[in-house]
Amino acid sequence: MAEYLKTFLPESYAWLAYTAAAAVHVALLFVLAMMIVAVSNWAERKIAGRLQDRLGPTRVGGRFGWLQSVADGLKLLTKEDLVPAGADRFLFRLAPYLCFCASFSVYLALPMASGWVAQPMNVAVFFVLAVAGLEVLGVILAGYASGSKWSLFGGMREAAQVVSYEVPLALCAAIPVMVAGTMDLVEIGNRQAGGFWQWQIFHDPFTFLTFFVFLTCAVASVNRAPFDLAEAESELVAGFMTEYSGFRWSVFFMAEYASMFAVSVLGAILFFGGWNGPLPVASLLGLTCENHPLAGYLGGLLGLCNLLVKGYLGIIFMMWLRWTLPRLRIDQVMTVCLKYCIPLAAAMLLGAMLWCYALPGGLWAAVENFGG
Amino acid sequence: MGLERVDPEPVECDVRTDEILVNMGPQHPSTHGVLRLVLRTDGEVVLEVTPHVGYLHRCAEKIGENLAARQWIPYTDRMDYLAGMNMNLGWALTVEKLLKLEVPERARHLRVLIVELNRIASHLMAAGSFGLDLGSFTPFMYCFREREKILDLFELACGARLTYSYITVGGLMADLPPGWLPKCEAFLKDFEPVIDELHAVLTSNAILIRRSAAVGVLSPEMAIDYGCTGPVLRGSGVAWDLRRHGDPWYTRMYDGYRFEVIAQTAGHYPQDRKYPPVPAVAVLGDSWHRFYVRMLEVVQSMGLVRQALERYGRCPAGIGEPLRLTQKLPKGEVYLETEATKGQMGFMVVSDGSAIPWRVRARSSSFCNLSVLPELCRGCLIGDIPAILGSLDIVLGEIDR
Repeated sequence: MAEYLKTFLPESYAWLAYTAAAAVHVALLFVLAMMIVAVSNWAERKIAGRLQDRLGPTRVGGRFGWLQSVADGLKLLTKEDLVPAGADRFLFRLAPYLCFCASFSVYLALPMASGWVAQPMNVAVFFVLAVAGLEVLGVILAGYASGSKWSLFGGMREAAQVVSYEVPLALCAAIPVMVAGTMDLVEIGNRQAGGFWQWQIFHDPFTFLTFFVFLTCAVASVNRAPFDLAEAESELVAGFMTEYSGFRWSVFFMAEYASMFAVSVLGAILFFGGWNGPLPVASLLGLTCENHPLAGYLGGLLGLCNLLVKGYLGIIFMMWLRWTLPRLRIDQVMTVCLKYCIPLAAAMLLGAMLWCYALPGGLWAAVENFGG
Repeated sequence: MGLERVDPEPVECDVRTDEILVNMGPQHPSTHGVLRLVLRTDGEVVLEVTPHVGYLHRCAEKIGENLAARQWIPYTDRMDYLAGMNMNLGWALTVEKLLKLEVPERARHLRVLIVELNRIASHLMAAGSFGLDLGSFTPFMYCFREREKILDLFELACGARLTYSYITVGGLMADLPPGWLPKCEAFLKDFEPVIDELHAVLTSNAILIRRSAAVGVLSPEMAIDYGCTGPVLRGSGVAWDLRRHGDPWYTRMYDGYRFEVIAQTAGHYPQDRKYPPVPAVAVLGDSWHRFYVRMLEVVQSMGLVRQALERYGRCPAGIGEPLRLTQKLPKGEVYLETEATKGQMGFMVVSDGSAIPWRVRARSSSFCNLSVLPELCRGCLIGDIPAILGSLDIVLGEIDR
C-alpha cells in the first residue's frame, strides 16, 4: 500500500506514504481488536448465562442480546471517573493504556491468514511473547499507583504469577518453533497446510502433550480463572482494578479480552494449523494465488474464518473454565507452575528434540515411510 | 566465639518485610454483610485477624422490652434473615414455655415442615456462598435457583419471601393454602437430583477440596471452649444436635421423627444415601468438613420435611390461636435454645407479670462461631480467610441484632 501511495507523491514525501499506510493498518487492527472484544463480551454473558441457568442474560437485550453489550458500554462511559486521593495520578491514568497497548501490539505480529499480517517478522513468536509479557507492567503500575492495599496485593500477585508462567509458556512455544524450524508465524502456519494430520499437535506425542501444558500456562498468563488471583473478587475486592471505574476500567477489560484472543490465536497457529482447516478445502477448490489473485483473496478469507473459529474455541474454553472452577490459592498457583509446568515443559522440549532428531517429519511422515 | 554464636531467630525472620494493616470490610464482597476484619499481614501471610462487629446493631433486644411478646416476632425475622422461620420458632417456643402454652398437633408438624424447609434454604445459601468465596460462581446460582423455589413455597404460605413472621406465639399465623402440599412434594422431587449436581460441582471438585481441606482446622475441644454450635461444632466431629439433645420443650416437637445427628463419629458419617467420599486430604474440623456437614443436613432436612408432610396431612384442622397482645405473661424467666440453621439460637424472656416482657435477650450462634475466627486464621494466607469465614456461615443480622 505504501508503494501504491508513493506513486502519487514526490520522492521527498515518501515518509508520508509509509505513515499513512501504517495508520490504515493500525486502524484496521484496532477495529479487529475492538470487534473481538465486543463479541467476547457478548459471548461471555451468554455462555455464563447458559451455564448458570439464568433467566436475565439469556433473555434480555433485543435480538440475541446485542443491545445489552451496547448498554453496558454506554454505562461504563457515563460512569464517574474517579481518581483516589492517595493515588499517584499520572501513573494511575497511564496504567490501563499501558496494559491495553501491550495486548494490542501483539496483533501486529499475529497473521490472520496466510500472509495477512500487519508486520511480517521472522521472530514473530518471540515478539508476541515478549510484548504480551509487557502487560504485567501495566497491572503492577495500577496496583502500585492506586494507593490501595488491595490493589497492591493484586499487583504483586500478578507480578509473581505472570512472570513465573512466562517461563513454561515460552518453553512450550519453543517446541512447535523447533519442529517448524522457524519463528515466523506465517511460515509455521503454512507448513501445517494439507489437513489436520499435518497440524503440529499431531506431529509427535511430545507436541501433543505440550499443547496441554501450553493451555494451562496460557490461561494463567492471561489471568483467567482458575488463575485469576490478581483480581480475585472474594479475596481482594477486585485486585488491581479495585480503584478503577468507568472508562479506565473498561480499558483493562478490553486488554483482558484482547490478550485472551491473542493467546488463543497463538495456540491455534502453533499447534492447530492456524488458518488451515481440518481438510484442505481451499486448495482443493483452487482458491490460491497461483490461479487468480481474487481466488487467493477468497482462500485468505476462508483461512481467516478458520482462525477465528479456532481462536473463539479457545476463548469459549476459557469461559467454560471460568464459570466452572473455583480459584486456586496463590501458593497452589506457584506450585502448579514451578513443580509441574516447568519440568513438564522442559521434558517435552527434550523429548521433541530427540524425536525430531530420530524421526524428522513427525508421526505422519514416519507412518508414510513405514508403509512405503 | 563469634563463629559459635547461634542466631536465635530463624532465617525466615531475617527476610521478613514490613507488616501491612488492612481493613477487610465492612464493604467487602466476602465478609457476608457488614463485618469488618482488621488483618495484620506479612505479605500474603495473615498474622492476626481481629473481627469488629456492630455495624448492623438495631437494638432488637431493647425493642423487645417495649413490645408485647407476639409483636417482637417480626424483629426475630430480621436477626438471621436467611432463616426467619427458625428465628420465629425460637422466640415462639420460649414465650410458650413461659406461658405453658401447648400448640395443636397440626401446628407442631407444620412447624417442623416449615422450619426444616427453611434450613434447606439457609444451608443452600451457605453452600453457594462458600463456593462463591472460593471463586466458583456458578454453583451459587444453582443454589439460589433452588432456594428461590423454597421461597416461592413460603410466599404461598405466608406472603413473604424473607421476613415471614409465620410461626407465632401460640401457633402459626395461617394454615397452608389449598394445593400447597403437592407443590412442596413436587419441589422435593425436583430437588433430589440437584443435590448430586451440587456435590459434583462443589463437594468433590478437586480445586475446592484443595482450597478447603486442612484449612482452618477447629479441634473439638476448641469448638466446645469457644461455644461453637451447629454445623461448625458437628464439623469437628461432636455429635451434638439440640433437636435430639435439647430442652424437652423443644425436642418434643421432633417426637416420632426419624433422623440422625450429622457428625463424623468413629471415622464415618451416618450413611442414609450415597455421598461423595471424604477426601484423604481433609482433616476433621476443617472448612471442608463444615461444608460437608451442611450438605448432608440438607438431605436430612428433606427427610424430615417428607415425614412432616405425611403427619401434617393426617392431623385434624386447627393450628392454634395467636397470643392476644393484651395477654399477661406469668411472672418468671425462661431461657430456651433451639437448633437454628447456624447453631444454637437462644432466647431469654424475663417477665414481671405484665403483657410486655421486662427483659429480652438473644444468644446468637453466629456470634460465638465468629469468635473462633482469629484462632483459625492465625498464620493462614489471605486466600484462606474467605474459605474459613464462608465455612463458619455467619449472618451479621444475628450477630449485631
